[in-house]
Amino acid sequence: MTTTSAPPGSLLAAQDLRKAYGPTTALDGADFSIHPGEVVAVMGPSGSGKSTLLHCLAGIVPPDSGSIRYDGRELAGMSDAGRSALRRSEFGFVFQFGQLVPELTCVENVALPLRLNGAPRKEAERTALGWMERLEVDDLRAKRPGEVSGGQGQRVAVARSLVTSPRVVFADEPTGALDSLNGERVMELLTEAARSANAAVVLVTHEARVAAYSDREIVVRDGRSRDMERLV
Amino acid sequence: MRPPQSVRDLTMGLRFAVTGGREGWVRLLLTALGVGLGVALLLLTTALPHALEVRHDREQSRSDFTYDYKPVAPADDTLVIADVDTTYRGKDVRGRVVMPEGERAPLPPGVAAFPAAGDMVVSPALKELLDSPGGALLRDRLPYRITGTITESGLIGSRELAYYAGSDALADRVNPPYVARITRFGTPNPTKESTDPVLLLLVLVVFVVLLMPVAVFIAAAVRFGGERRDRRLAALRLVGSDSRMTRRIAAGEALAGALLGLVFGTGFFLLGRQVAGSVEVLGVSVFPSYLDPTPALAALVAVAVPAAAVLVTLLALRGVVIEPLGVMRTARPSRRRLWWRLLLPLAGLAMLYPMIGQGHDGGGFNEYLVVGGVMLLLIGVTALLPWVVESVVGRLGPGGVAWQLAVRRLQLSSGTAARMVNGIAVAVAGAIALQMLFAGVQGDYTKTTGYDLTRAQMRVSVPTGTSVDRATAKVRATAGVGRAVGLADGYAGDTRRDPEHGTEVTLGSCAALREVAVLPSCHDGDSFALLGSPGDTDTPKLVRAGRTVYLDPSYQGEARNLEIALTVPHGVRQARTRHDLTGTERAGLLLTPGALPANAAPAFQGVVYVVLDRTVTDAAEHVRNTAAAMDPLASVDTFAATESSKKFTSIRTGLFVGAACVLALIGASLLVSQLEQLRERRKLLSSLVAFGTRRRTLSLSVLWQTAIPIALGLLLASVVGVTLGAVLLRMSAATVRVDWASVLAMTGIGAGVVLAVTLLSLPPLLRLMRPEGLRTE
Amino acid sequence: MSIGHTLLGLLESGPRHGYDLKRAFDEKFGHDRPLHYGQVYSTMSRLLKNGLVEVDGIEPGDGPERKRYAITEAGVTDVQRWLATPEKPEPYLQSTLYTKVVLALLTHRDAGDILDTQRAEHLRMMRILTDRKRGGDLADQLICDHALFHLEADLRWLELTAARLDKLATAVRP
Repeated sequence: MTTTSAPPGSLLAAQDLRKAYGPTTALDGADFSIHPGEVVAVMGPSGSGKSTLLHCLAGIVPPDSGSIRYDGRELAGMSDAGRSALRRSEFGFVFQFGQLVPELTCVENVALPLRLNGAPRKEAERTALGWMERLEVDDLRAKRPGEVSGGQGQRVAVARSLVTSPRVVFADEPTGALDSLNGERVMELLTEAARSANAAVVLVTHEARVAAYSDREIVVRDGRSRDMERLV
Repeated sequence: MRPPQSVRDLTMGLRFAVTGGREGWVRLLLTALGVGLGVALLLLTTALPHALEVRHDREQSRSDFTYDYKPVAPADDTLVIADVDTTYRGKDVRGRVVMPEGERAPLPPGVAAFPAAGDMVVSPALKELLDSPGGALLRDRLPYRITGTITESGLIGSRELAYYAGSDALADRVNPPYVARITRFGTPNPTKESTDPVLLLLVLVVFVVLLMPVAVFIAAAVRFGGERRDRRLAALRLVGSDSRMTRRIAAGEALAGALLGLVFGTGFFLLGRQVAGSVEVLGVSVFPSYLDPTPALAALVAVAVPAAAVLVTLLALRGVVIEPLGVMRTARPSRRRLWWRLLLPLAGLAMLYPMIGQGHDGGGFNEYLVVGGVMLLLIGVTALLPWVVESVVGRLGPGGVAWQLAVRRLQLSSGTAARMVNGIAVAVAGAIALQMLFAGVQGDYTKTTGYDLTRAQMRVSVPTGTSVDRATAKVRATAGVGRAVGLADGYAGDTRRDPEHGTEVTLGSCAALREVAVLPSCHDGDSFALLGSPGDTDTPKLVRAGRTVYLDPSYQGEARNLEIALTVPHGVRQARTRHDLTGTERAGLLLTPGALPANAAPAFQGVVYVVLDRTVTDAAEHVRNTAAAMDPLASVDTFAATESSKKFTSIRTGLFVGAACVLALIGASLLVSQLEQLRERRKLLSSLVAFGTRRRTLSLSVLWQTAIPIALGLLLASVVGVTLGAVLLRMSAATVRVDWASVLAMTGIGAGVVLAVTLLSLPPLLRLMRPEGLRTE
Repeated sequence: MSIGHTLLGLLESGPRHGYDLKRAFDEKFGHDRPLHYGQVYSTMSRLLKNGLVEVDGIEPGDGPERKRYAITEAGVTDVQRWLATPEKPEPYLQSTLYTKVVLALLTHRDAGDILDTQRAEHLRMMRILTDRKRGGDLADQLICDHALFHLEADLRWLELTAARLDKLATAVRP
């Protein structure tokens, strides 16, 4: 595989990422790039390393080698605190399940990233409520995650991922625990909201119908990525 | 024949407990460990009465009864024994010099044969000390050859330092109570341990206070891993067991933990019993054989613990509905009511009330009412705490993110939080009450010695046959002695026998006499009447120029004393008394050596007062060695500002040891449940970290989550503890005074446990927060 | 799809002109390909001949477009029978893709590339359909979903085959 420089204009680009968990190789020379406002699906069979790729791109896990550039900055050179701060302010996250704090109400959950950034409670919850309206879950504001359905919970999670107006949203199987109707609704709302906010979305999924909401897909197989657009 | 359904369910639960895979084993082990620690503590408690009894019996059986002043004639069944107890680096050494006067002389318990003159038999601990480098100074003091060992029956503790040395020159030194001639060992009419009502009260309260948290702890231990268990039970419902069956199965699981806990507990106890033999706490040690649990009490423990485990499980499951598809807490538990929770402590107070003031006039306490009242008050803490936590947490306002996370979690499950700190709250409440009681009663059991430690710290008695001047010089030349003042004390009566009036006679150089009196001027040959001592009426009567007094008068029924006639010199002058080296104001006649007739010297007992140079290590030990070198029977006193009752000290020791064990135990259970909670939230923690939550925020929220209920628990514990302490003080008729220092100390220890638990749970928390938790594949 | 049965079914709600029939068909089913007039008239004349429809009335003037058709009893029975008969599931046993993959393996070309290219093409189509679904009404959504699920099935096959390429290679190579 040739190491080319990051495509011009890309917001987040990774080259030749390698990562192993003990004896298991999760990434074995993966490349990636995404432009502002773009939705890129990361596909591949389970165990192929797509989630690890997402974790590396988001600065959650440092790769063993390779470079990740976000907005001109090299993630690999940043401290854990620096990467955490980046995730707080520039990135948003949606996971498959188990991400909402069960003790907090839905609006408190959505407001959480703002509050982590130091926003006052009232103001944070007002912004949060605005996002909940956009995702059609504002009537759940006072409910706790245990009292809402899976689809509603996932929409609350999407609202939370967008509340800080991030430039990149990382979504790891965001519809994995939902039926297809709810899943598609969540995807529709997520991509729509992200597009209108000009946020890029890194969408890890193994479902083609979810990936169809993307602009472009890359396929991860055995820890290596293939950019299908460039292949074609 | 098939066993009934309920028994089959129970055995099924037992089987589940041991076949639950690795997860199940861990849970079972944790429960068993917790219950086992509790059981060990319970068994130790049941063994304590026996241990105290044995100690007391052994103490009595080796008593040499030297307080008998009746003269005994030497015979073939007599033994002359001298009390030569000493102290070595803060530890008491029981020493006796013996000289058998015939074939049938009584052997002390634990000694096989009398040591020959110049030999000694020693306790194992003393031998160990003498053989070690740290015992070199003591070796110098005890110049005897070790020829044997004192066995267990002659000792009251495994670490006791004791020796019997042989001598052939004691016969003419009989001088009760220090040197006596005896025909037997042991108290002629042995007593049971005396029961001072206040001491009994203390012992009872200590036991209740220590055992209550253990019970709370055992209750918490059988709930380890409860949430996981509930899920498993739900799976059982799915395959068709009804709700009563699942309850019985759950009871069976708890029973398995409790039974294994009994085994562990017995093991811990036996282990601890062996360890106990090599430990000494504040001068008290025991032999493992002393720690035999009272059989009835041990049996009670063996039955009560598993029964309690099952009961607690069933009670805990009352608020839970286990459905085939999951576990539901009964929809929003009804608000906790206050009235019945308040009833418990009030009932406790009501039980204690009738006994107020009983400790004063020797009246006894009703043991059942004391135990019942104290228990109800302490149980009141566990009943009130959930209510307090719920109402306070419900009103807590918003704050930072960490605070919000913690408060919201507490609001959802304040019961769990309260349960976690119940044990600590009970222990602290009890300990505060006890500390107050101790502090209040201390006055009655602690004598203020009145010694002025700034003027002298030690007193060496000058042996017979040695002049005070020589002894003083020797002491002064000892390493670590800053100053030495030699005086000689005597006593003079108005008649030879059975005097009605008497007065002290103090002999010393002018410099030495100035330590006890304000002298206008002084030359050798002067004498003074020492006036101004409060309550002294005899000096003006007896110390008049030309009057004859009798030194060392005799008393009826005792051997004849010296009865030396002394005429008060004509040049006697008046002098004003002052606080002497020991802090007392003495009275009587002061003589300089030149004013003393030569024949009167034997009536005086020389004493050297010592001011130590504290910069020299072991200064006191060197002084003791000097004294012993002058005469093995020389007695040395070390002054202390206070002296506390031995019995009191041992109860206190028990409390401190017990409180430490209990708090450590509770800390362990806190840690276990904390870790369990964290493990269940692993996924959530990882995702929170993913979107940039600072580790500090999460750690802080864990701290708040423990600290808020603990703070409430400690507050409640302080209130109840101070109340209980006040009531107990009123009961023993002592002045009620809140000992804030101990309140602070105990709450501080409680808070320290929380801090330690939080700190110990941080590394696993940080590990759980690693992004690996996000991996699903 | 049987156009005859579809038109018959549309007539069941009442007689219509040929022009109305075409409009109704296009509106409801002809999203991709509208019917030609000629197709309507040739079908109607076949149905007329078989006695499944009858001419209900004729407007004055020339041309076939002035005929109004109505369904007959036999026609209703025929529609009923058609609806009740399940469609034969498509067995998809003759797959061009499979042939391509095997040939690539036999000629030592990169079969993975073929599969990946195909996947990209499938996804491109799915993206178009998803996009159309977003703007469309319920009918659009159902029709697109039908296609999407089929495409998804193909994609799953592509994934599966990709995962077993090595095995397949040893099986087909002599």
